[in-house]
Amino acid sequence: MKTDIILCGVGGQGILSIATIIGEAAMKENLYIKQAEVHGMSQRGGDVQSNLRISSNPIASDLIALGGADVIISMEPMEALRYLPFLAKDGWIITSSAPFVNIPNYPDIEAIKADLAKIKNVIVLDIEQAAKDNGVPRSANVILLGAAQKALGIEYDKLEDAIRRVFGRKGEAIVEANIKALAIGREAQK
Amino acid sequence: MKKLLLGDEAIAQGALDAGLSGVYAYPGTPSTEITEYIQDSPLAKERGVHSRWSTNEKTAMEAALGMSYMGKRALVCMKHVGLNVCADPFVNSAMTGTNGGIIVLVADDPSMHSSQDEQDSRFYGKFAMIPTLEPSSQQEAYDMMAEAYELSEQMHLPVLMRVTTRMAHSRAVVEVKDTPREQNELNYDAQASNWVLLPAFARKRNVVVTGQQPILEQMAVDSKYNQYIDGKDHKLGIIASGIAYNYLMECFPNGCPYPVLKISQYPLPKKLIRRMTDDCEYVLIAEEGQPFIEDQVRGVMPGNAVIKGRLTGELPRTGELNPDFLKKALGIESGESYAPCEDVTPRPPALCQGCGHRDVYTALNEVLREYPNARVFGDIGCYTLGFLPPYKAIHSCVDMGASITMAKGASDAGQWPAVAIIGDSTFTHSGMTGLLDAINENADITVIISDNLTTAMTGGQDSAGTNKFEAICKGLGLSEDHLKVVNPIPKNMPEITAAIREEINYHGVSVIIPRRECMQTLQRHLKQKKAAEKK
Repeated sequence: MKTDIILCGVGGQGILSIATIIGEAAMKENLYIKQAEVHGMSQRGGDVQSNLRISSNPIASDLIALGGADVIISMEPMEALRYLPFLAKDGWIITSSAPFVNIPNYPDIEAIKADLAKIKNVIVLDIEQAAKDNGVPRSANVILLGAAQKALGIEYDKLEDAIRRVFGRKGEAIVEANIKALAIGREAQK
Repeated sequence: MKKLLLGDEAIAQGALDAGLSGVYAYPGTPSTEITEYIQDSPLAKERGVHSRWSTNEKTAMEAALGMSYMGKRALVCMKHVGLNVCADPFVNSAMTGTNGGIIVLVADDPSMHSSQDEQDSRFYGKFAMIPTLEPSSQQEAYDMMAEAYELSEQMHLPVLMRVTTRMAHSRAVVEVKDTPREQNELNYDAQASNWVLLPAFARKRNVVVTGQQPILEQMAVDSKYNQYIDGKDHKLGIIASGIAYNYLMECFPNGCPYPVLKISQYPLPKKLIRRMTDDCEYVLIAEEGQPFIEDQVRGVMPGNAVIKGRLTGELPRTGELNPDFLKKALGIESGESYAPCEDVTPRPPALCQGCGHRDVYTALNEVLREYPNARVFGDIGCYTLGFLPPYKAIHSCVDMGASITMAKGASDAGQWPAVAIIGDSTFTHSGMTGLLDAINENADITVIISDNLTTAMTGGQDSAGTNKFEAICKGLGLSEDHLKVVNPIPKNMPEITAAIREEINYHGVSVIIPRRECMQTLQRHLKQKKAAEKK
């Protein structure tokens, strides 16, 4: 198996926590992993992204080539489109629908929605609302992960196990909230 | 034992497992995580490994030299421009030589993800005449640490290890040792004839160091990190160093048909390079950073092969490499991909909501509206973002500490008002000596030390001068009448603008210190407090 994933969003949204869960699941399966990220600007409202590559064969490059990403998982709709040139033609975009408007010239959200609708395989989800409605307000990012599960090519229960290991030391309540969030995301899969 | 580690973390774990006694560093992206990993390591705590942040890279390098003098192993970490700051002790550590091993770990930043330039540290290794290692993978980075310390102690030379952002900040699974090596014992083997660089001794050392170069080169030829992998098609040969090797291998999932020379140890293994230039018609050189290898291989005289690389346009002259650039250089078709989306706009970083620097710039801008020719010399830190809208407050930012010294130079040239803005960590890093120059000459400048009690841009590390700034300024000779401390919050605007206006109109050195804790570290401390109270 091989899955090349671009994770993106705005600093502070929890996008890299998703990468940790996927990485943990992949490691347990003895898959090869490479995950490159650009730090530093994440605290300051700038765009954040990570290239996460998992494979049953050794991986050479830490960076994904143009047209090489099987999945783009994004906490923000415009950020998902920033990496469009990296998406494979049959690749999936799984993104939050809520714009994060912290710049004066943020584009018209309808234009962004229209651009997303043009993608062959796309899931757009109001994860913030879904998180609030289901009593898991801090786990919107894990809802996104649940929606991306099939596209990632990782079995659902392996992601659940990874969540237990990653959040274990934060206590049972947090683990359960994230397990619930993963399930909510799964419902949104096509 | 297997661990999922950042390149930085692999280096840190490798150093600890090689019996490290001290890491000396100043925060700098993308090297910061090395020291943080050691600070958080239970093994390091158990062994009493030194890991507190240094005031700057020069003091870090010198302290490491002191530890090496006593026979123990030290690690110095910095970003590429940090090497400029410690160039004096760095170059002269080859002259003194080492007792306990020293690794100088420099993390370059091609494409300047968070730097002022993309200088290539390999030049420094050549300049200082020491071995340089450049790992191609996180596993290599880990393995190289133990070997670099052995090499350092064998040759009595510091070893430069060079990584780049995409190695430092990328995770992979690394196989680590189960049992770390013990630390070295303290010893008094260091000889004064090596360590006292009076000309009479230094000349002898210089002969020794220059004489060692052929040995270092032979070691590079024999090194397992430099591999000549032959290929069927000898029309083209490829030299790839460090992580460029990964991008090359990405282009050939079923194996490269051309001969490949992987370079991860310098000085350049000339014998292996000559084999390729003799064998192949064209040689493509893929290296991350500047055309360090390409320049040397091409030289001045024509050789057997035609050299292609960053200097001939096959690869871009500036910026980091990636698999797409390699594909293009090799004439490999890129797969189908989407065109960029036109509705996407840049999302530059901005000062956090509630940041004290915002209030400082608001006050400064208000006052400077009255002085249309004012110039504000900025410095390196979060407050550099004051250049961007809505503040557009600074006119320059060059290197650590340049705010104060440039303001003084501009004032010498006749500029008024000349304002400098500098952060607390940058001030102790390299601002104090500039302030002393200004005070000694009673320069007409206004210095703002925007103190958020941390080294913020790199993640909120401890700042060396916290609680000492007033005493430092007075100690340097600043008049108390022109040292003002303010709290940068909106309701204090009248007080702050009055202070700035008053000090601008004082024709001597003034220092204003707006002081309020960084929002990020404040939130972190509140969280920690809450967690502690729960227990």
